[in-house]
Amino acid sequence: MKMFWKTGEPYVLATGAALAIILVMSLTLVGVVMTNGLGYFWPRTLVQFELKDGSRALGQIMQQEKNPTDGSRRFQLKVGNRDILGQDFRWIDKKEVISRTNPADAILLERREHGNFFGFLQGVTAEGLKLSNTTPYETLQQALQLVSAKLDGTRKIRQNMSNLNTTAERLRLKLLKLEYGGREKNAAEIGEITAVRDKILAEFTALNDQYSAGQAEIGRITAQFTDVTGAGKDIALVNIVTLQRPNSMSFFAKCGAYLERVRELLLDDPRESNTEGGLFPAIFGTVMMVLLMSVFSLPFGVVAAIYLREYAKDGLMTRMVRIAVNNLAGVPSIVYGVFGLGFFVYGIGGSIDSLFFPERLPTPTFGTGGILWASLTLALLTVPVVIVATEESLASIPKGIREGSLALGATKFQTLTKNLLPMATPGIMTGLILSMARAAGEVAPLMIVGVVKLAPALPFDTTFPFFHMDRKFMHLGFHIYDVGFQSPNVEAAKPMVFVTTLLLLAIVIVASSSAIYLRNRMRSKYTTSTF
Amino acid sequence: MPHNQEQSGNTPILSVSDLNLHYGDAHALKNINLDMARHQVTAFIGPSGCGKSTLLRCFNRMNDLVESARVDGSIRFNGDEINASSTDVISLRRRIGMVFQQSNPFPKSIYENIVYGLRIAGVTDKATLDKTVERSLKSAAIWNEVKDRLNDSALGLSGGQAQRICIARAIAVNPEIILMDEPCSALDPISTLKIEELIEELKSEYTIVIVTHNMQQAARVSDVTAFFYLGELIEAGGTRKIFTNPEKKQTEDYITGRFG
Repeated sequence: MKMFWKTGEPYVLATGAALAIILVMSLTLVGVVMTNGLGYFWPRTLVQFELKDGSRALGQIMQQEKNPTDGSRRFQLKVGNRDILGQDFRWIDKKEVISRTNPADAILLERREHGNFFGFLQGVTAEGLKLSNTTPYETLQQALQLVSAKLDGTRKIRQNMSNLNTTAERLRLKLLKLEYGGREKNAAEIGEITAVRDKILAEFTALNDQYSAGQAEIGRITAQFTDVTGAGKDIALVNIVTLQRPNSMSFFAKCGAYLERVRELLLDDPRESNTEGGLFPAIFGTVMMVLLMSVFSLPFGVVAAIYLREYAKDGLMTRMVRIAVNNLAGVPSIVYGVFGLGFFVYGIGGSIDSLFFPERLPTPTFGTGGILWASLTLALLTVPVVIVATEESLASIPKGIREGSLALGATKFQTLTKNLLPMATPGIMTGLILSMARAAGEVAPLMIVGVVKLAPALPFDTTFPFFHMDRKFMHLGFHIYDVGFQSPNVEAAKPMVFVTTLLLLAIVIVASSSAIYLRNRMRSKYTTSTF
Repeated sequence: MPHNQEQSGNTPILSVSDLNLHYGDAHALKNINLDMARHQVTAFIGPSGCGKSTLLRCFNRMNDLVESARVDGSIRFNGDEINASSTDVISLRRRIGMVFQQSNPFPKSIYENIVYGLRIAGVTDKATLDKTVERSLKSAAIWNEVKDRLNDSALGLSGGQAQRICIARAIAVNPEIILMDEPCSALDPISTLKIEELIEELKSEYTIVIVTHNMQQAARVSDVTAFFYLGELIEAGGTRKIFTNPEKKQTEDYITGRFG
């Protein structure tokens, strides 16, 4: 028995068990997120129930469970039609059900407002649209295509309007600057610009009228539906995002619908206070912020580590700095958020505003949260990771390499750039990977330095100077918090939380694996010799 | 500083006088006085920790890297004081090359390893670099083994080959002296033999100072041998004389294997 303990076998088993537990936990986490997130877009069957009280219900079964009061089975049914029923979900006891059918012509509408509509199509009122006379469903599909073509037309008007608006805003700021510089002195120029601006504004108003007229015209094209109780409902075609008859879709049609939803998720803007639609602005914001963060933290971290390891004399000061850096990594992230708000946003941002944009005050330009300040705050948060990783990898380079280089007459700096840094790169990359993963997942500090629930514009667009560092942005992590816990309709938003989580995980994995791929390529190039 | 006597054959190329070295409180070298002649192989022998490597590293100021090291006394290289603060350490190290105990090829191609010293000195002419690579590799007797794979990583070479690459790398910058710190201690007998033959050949062009633990090696390759013990230079003289008829009892005991 004593021998058994001496061999160390039990300890080996314990280490194996610990690893197994960690693996199981992380796989469970990923599994839960995947099962909840991946299934969300699959078109579910619309089930119609006849109940004992004579009423009917139509919807998608979300889950089944035991009724906690009497132990019978019950279904959670997503009934949609929030504008009629007041809520998206209801529970139906199995014992109340008389019959259960899957009506083939049941229709699922995704709308721009009020969530999904489940019901039956009656007809289409399409003034001014040429439609061939077929079944109502095909007519509706045809009408939807025509409407979306018309919408493209109004969208162009809208784009022109927005361009005009940008120009007008630029002129307004110019006017403000001139007036700030002295109204009398710049009177001539002010008059000139005001005239141009008035002309643009008039053009804008004309376009706006055109736009409203177009919208009103399109809005008159409606389709008539009945819900499961037989009550009628008119829905304007512009409000319809997708039209489906899930009960008569083939497997491949469902796959197509699924992929279409994934495309929407990745490339479209969110709808319905973020609980529906796409996540593109949040994905873009997260990726851009992480990249900006790396641009700041990598060079600073590496340079600081080089100084600490290669140049600083090993004394009390160096040791204190090293301890401080290590502890910096453990400071709660919200503290960084508050620091970022005080130092970057109000301090630096406020100074930039009063120096360069005094005419716009009290409206802040840089003196408010934005992607630049958020990235800098996170860079501060992750720079200790880069410093520690760089120091470690510099320290692990064999002494012989340094001596060999110096003995050939190289300076310390040449040794560093020609030999040490290339050899330390894999380690530095490891630090970068860790810091990127941390930055992508951080939410708390971002909430006070620039992340918003819904950003009106991306931080990157086609108007000069393309990267708008002062803009607020959306972030997947904040999106999870916001949709999951701050949304008016939490139950309906739940799948979105899982989908967003899945996306965030995917982004972290993609970013890390590309960095790991790079690191391994370098590692194979710079492995040190062995005897 | 006097340069005039530089080329005359019998003046010592390196001349150590009253050299003391302390690592913090430890007195590592005690009053060393020693001359080394041009185009000769000088071997330093002695038990571990006797200061022979430390003395070697004084010649190209590698002890500067050790913060606690403090050097007093004088080392003259062609009459110029090495320990002077005005000495240009970079050019000193270019004129006094070094080969280490553990072969330390850089994680670069064989070609880049050889031209490293030239590149950092600012040489960019491709023809010069190519010529230097060939000349150094030939002098280091490894040209035939690697000439077809100059662009392969130097990390893929065997221990003996890597050590000869390191010698070639040191030769490439045309030093006057090559310091060798136990260059064969990590090598097998055949590689050791090759390096020893190489030392024999290099003698005609370079002055070599070699630290070795291997008494036979010292006897085989060196012209002059210096025996160190506990930081002191016990005896120095012609190799044959040291090995056959040493003056000091301690030397005789060490050479005959009675201690150390």
